[in-house]
Amino acid sequence: MSALQPPAAAVHLAGVSKAFNEKSALDDLTLTAPEGRITVLLGPNGAGKTTAIRCITGALTPDRGEVITLGRNPTVDGEAVRRHCGVVSAKPALYDRLTGWDNLTYAAQLHGVTKRSMPDRVRAAAAQFGIEHALTEHVGGYSTGMKTRLALARSVLHEPRLLLFDEPTSGLDPQSAQAVLALIRKMTSNGHTVLMCTHHLVEAEGLADHVIVLDAGTDLVAGEPRQLTRSYWPEDSVHITVERTGAGWPTFQDLSDLELLEAVRAVEALDDSTTDRHTTVRVVLDDPAAVPDVVAALANAGARLTKVLPHQPTLEELYFAVRQAAGNVDEGTARWDAVPERALR
Amino acid sequence: MSSFNWSRTRIVTRTDLKQLVLARDFWLPMGILGSIFFVLVPLVLLLSITSLGDVPAVRSVADTLDVLPRAAQDQIKGDTPQGRTSYALAVFLFAPMAIVVPLTISTAVGAATLDGERERGTGEFLAHSPAGTREIYLGKLLASLVPGYLTTMVGFTCYSLIVNLIVGPEVGGWFFPTRQWWLLMLWVLPGFLLIGLSFVLRLSGKVTSTAAAQQASGLITLPLIAISYAQASGAVYGTATTTIAIGAIAWTIGLTSTWRGMAAVERHRLLGVADGV
Repeated sequence: MSALQPPAAAVHLAGVSKAFNEKSALDDLTLTAPEGRITVLLGPNGAGKTTAIRCITGALTPDRGEVITLGRNPTVDGEAVRRHCGVVSAKPALYDRLTGWDNLTYAAQLHGVTKRSMPDRVRAAAAQFGIEHALTEHVGGYSTGMKTRLALARSVLHEPRLLLFDEPTSGLDPQSAQAVLALIRKMTSNGHTVLMCTHHLVEAEGLADHVIVLDAGTDLVAGEPRQLTRSYWPEDSVHITVERTGAGWPTFQDLSDLELLEAVRAVEALDDSTTDRHTTVRVVLDDPAAVPDVVAALANAGARLTKVLPHQPTLEELYFAVRQAAGNVDEGTARWDAVPERALR
Repeated sequence: MSSFNWSRTRIVTRTDLKQLVLARDFWLPMGILGSIFFVLVPLVLLLSITSLGDVPAVRSVADTLDVLPRAAQDQIKGDTPQGRTSYALAVFLFAPMAIVVPLTISTAVGAATLDGERERGTGEFLAHSPAGTREIYLGKLLASLVPGYLTTMVGFTCYSLIVNLIVGPEVGGWFFPTRQWWLLMLWVLPGFLLIGLSFVLRLSGKVTSTAAAQQASGLITLPLIAISYAQASGAVYGTATTTIAIGAIAWTIGLTSTWRGMAAVERHRLLGVADGV
């Protein structure tokens, strides 16, 4: 086993590069997907997410670097690796002329599921994704949602240890997408490792145990979402929206008086949230328990508060902050500096 | 390199064949092609000759049989000009069809196999599956070979019936298939199919679209058909030894080419963006 592989890592890529016709798809990519957890690869189109998945199963051979999947090198032991992988591609990759049943049995047979257990496995996988009623129909007549469900059922019927989902909700309506995400969450509850690619940040929120932000084929940051956002925004803060009209407004026009409060460390105006009628500020606090004091101080001064929102940074904020910092260091220097060294590569 | 798994090869073949059977737009033209060459043309030609009787035109054709090799002339049965002419046509003229029809059908199927998987996006599924590239290649080669060979064997059966029913009474009873034809169908033909398909599948795995694969396969199959045409004629004109030798050469080239093709297919070629394609 490679010395590069940390314990309990289902997937480990170290310094992986891959180019197509001299166009770089992966550039010194290093990532780890912990076993038994949902790892989400976040990145824009062309970030290298799909290429990374292809290298993980051995469908593609990297030009440089090391890939260890389930303790094996997929370039050398591809068959052994792929036998334990379940993959859902961005396009469902189904045989339209065949029925749902035929598609599932084809996959089951290729993965070595025994003839005896196959019918039960196929039915169980289809039922898991609510597609069992359509198994006798030709896949060409399926809706996009049904195809995605069938592709998901196909990915699990051989009981793989590692599930690789590439944009699994691509082309689905929001309701179907939510259902699919719920099913993915359910699947991992029995110990499967999931590595999912998406550029839909909302999908990753709440689903990811571990996130890796990719851009231009390289990893920017990686870690648990809470840990990452905390490392990026280490202090507690609250977003307060105040009416720009009314008796208290002139007093708090720059809201700098707030900093006189003991628990308030800083006040920043959020320009993108300010309108003609309202202004929003981010109040950085030493102690989140001080929020009522801040609100009371503002109210006593006559300010009319329309919204008080304790700030819980989202993956979306993290994603954009990280990408901004990576793409334009000058613009994002202040925030980038706040990211601890361990959160960055 | 992992060991070769015949079971997976059979699964790939079976699934591809199942898809072909379900594709009416494929087997309908294939059936029509087989019917034209094995039923319609021989039926019209042989019926015309036998029903014309001993007329100058038929006698002239019968005279031209003298240009055939001695061994072939010795095989010709029949006492009347129309009997000898229809016998010669049945046994010698239609032999190359037995090669042309399956080669046309099989290469048409083969050209779209590996590349078709990539174009439909299903190559992604195969690339991520445990199936080895050699298993996929061979599975698809067999799935391309079977429709052409099966059509030919069905056509050959129909052709045999037609020949025996129309020409048989003129030459003293059922005579077809001759020993040379058995050897052609069971020994020579599969060898030539193997040569054609091994090349076409390699091409299918290299080019960027099905259209390109069809074009490129045409370049390969046309000269191959020409060679096969000549060899098939030789097989039925010559002795059994000649036929066996022609078949052996075809099998040797076919198996070598298949072996090399199995090793040449690359997994990333099944994917949609292999080498930036």
